[in-house]
Amino acid sequence: MTRATLAVRHELIGLLGVVERNTYLVKRYAIWELTWFVWTVANTLTIVFIAKGVEAAGGSLDVKRETTVLLIGAVIWSYLGILFEILTQTVGWERWEGTIEYTFMAPLSRAVHLLGMGAFAVVYGLIRTALLFGVIASFFSLQLSRADFWSAFAVLAIASISFLGVGVMTAVFPLISPEKGTQLGFIAQGMLLVVSGVYYSVSVLPGWMQALAKISPATYALRGIRHALLDGAGVGALWGDIWPLLVIGAVSIPLGFAVFRRGEIYAKRHGMLKRSG
Amino acid sequence: MSAVEVHNLRKEFHRSTLRLRRGGRRTTALDEISFEIARGECIAVLGRNGSGKSTLVRILSTLILPDGGAARVFGNDVVADAPAVRRLVNRVSVEASFFKKMSPVENLSYAARFYGLGIRETRQRIPEILDRVGFPRSRRDSRMEQLSRGTQQKVALARALLTSPVLLLLDEPTTGLDPRSKLEVQDFIRDIREAHDTTILLCTHDMREAEILAERIGILERGRLLHLAPAGELLERFAASSVEEVFLASTGRSFEDEDEDENQNQNEAAVEVTT
Repeated sequence: MTRATLAVRHELIGLLGVVERNTYLVKRYAIWELTWFVWTVANTLTIVFIAKGVEAAGGSLDVKRETTVLLIGAVIWSYLGILFEILTQTVGWERWEGTIEYTFMAPLSRAVHLLGMGAFAVVYGLIRTALLFGVIASFFSLQLSRADFWSAFAVLAIASISFLGVGVMTAVFPLISPEKGTQLGFIAQGMLLVVSGVYYSVSVLPGWMQALAKISPATYALRGIRHALLDGAGVGALWGDIWPLLVIGAVSIPLGFAVFRRGEIYAKRHGMLKRSG
Repeated sequence: MSAVEVHNLRKEFHRSTLRLRRGGRRTTALDEISFEIARGECIAVLGRNGSGKSTLVRILSTLILPDGGAARVFGNDVVADAPAVRRLVNRVSVEASFFKKMSPVENLSYAARFYGLGIRETRQRIPEILDRVGFPRSRRDSRMEQLSRGTQQKVALARALLTSPVLLLLDEPTTGLDPRSKLEVQDFIRDIREAHDTTILLCTHDMREAEILAERIGILERGRLLHLAPAGELLERFAASSVEEVFLASTGRSFEDEDEDENQNQNEAAVEVTT
């Protein structure tokens, strides 16, 4: 085996280690996972019932369509929440457990370490999101007769690349602020979605927010997934949403790694890469 | 080539206070220290809390960037060649540091992957190493939080050994352990040296431990390495009958003084906040 092959093998095994560790944690915290899932279901229901509520209050709207629109927004919000939470755990949870120094002194490149966290987050997030969608859908009559689920899945998978790039950037917050960094990740998630038309059309936003919507990957993810599920658009018809996601992903992933790298250097210079920060 | 070469290593930390305009307080953790460790040698560094021992260990394990000087592990600079250093080094610290809900085997398994050990390899090596450190087989699937500190520390030693480090950094590995666990850990450290020719840097409070495990003893005080010599030579130099006397003679203080120092530091900090 050549030196380069050996190095690649080591990194891949390391990536497997990150996924393996997170799988153990999900297994060990299974009851908490279930509790959190119930909370997510309740939280999502509070949003999705709004369409029925508006109708009951005398409003005029296509309830089936609006319920589906809200459900997609709520599910994407939940998915993004999982991604950002797992990525910020790259530092936050390890600091709390005291393992952070052992992970950061291991001969595993930071890019592979973060990619491992990202890979786990995407797989875990997709499974939970699919379950959430299924459970919530059972409460309502949705407009899914023409839905192209594979195209919606493809858009979400492509969008995940961009989300990971942004998530890696937010993962740096707990590194430089042990006390408040994790909360900053949630703020970034909220900011991203508020400009992206999570429960409404981007066109209702003020001009400056619409400008921000153009660089948010969530805008294209939400629009593409809604188009696929409500109107049955195939991957070809969704190209207008897919190519911006690919461009944002190509920029956000290396930018995310660069930001994290700077944060890691800062933490190492100031002795913050330890249990108490 | 020496296993470890440290030249004029310097590290300062800024402790911010409410007096922001004056830029906070500077604490010198390491003040231009220099020393070398030969391959296969074990040296012990004695020092009170805050003397710079852990900062030295963290710099050698690439977790802290030095402000000046250089440190090399088997010729690899800890800053410029950090990935190469990480492949050679492992560490056991005062806190066992594991995912507490996970079992010892799960903790060891994922940690081994970070060092490139595949599934087949760890399936064979983890039970062997746990046997070697005397970890009871019946507890292998228990959660870490259900184990005593001494037993957790055995898993920490197993984690370090699993990756076959050529430089082992031991940062107070027996602090807080009961006498029996302490002896078991010390025996195991001796075994590692005999079996693997591992170079060891042991930072400790325990003078007896330093004397029985290390070829040379260093005394670190307020970031300065005052001495580094075999125990016998230090005893002779200070006309002392114990390493504790050497420590007292060279620093002018005993380990017991540290509580007073810490109180004094806290009082100083309180004065800074209120002024």
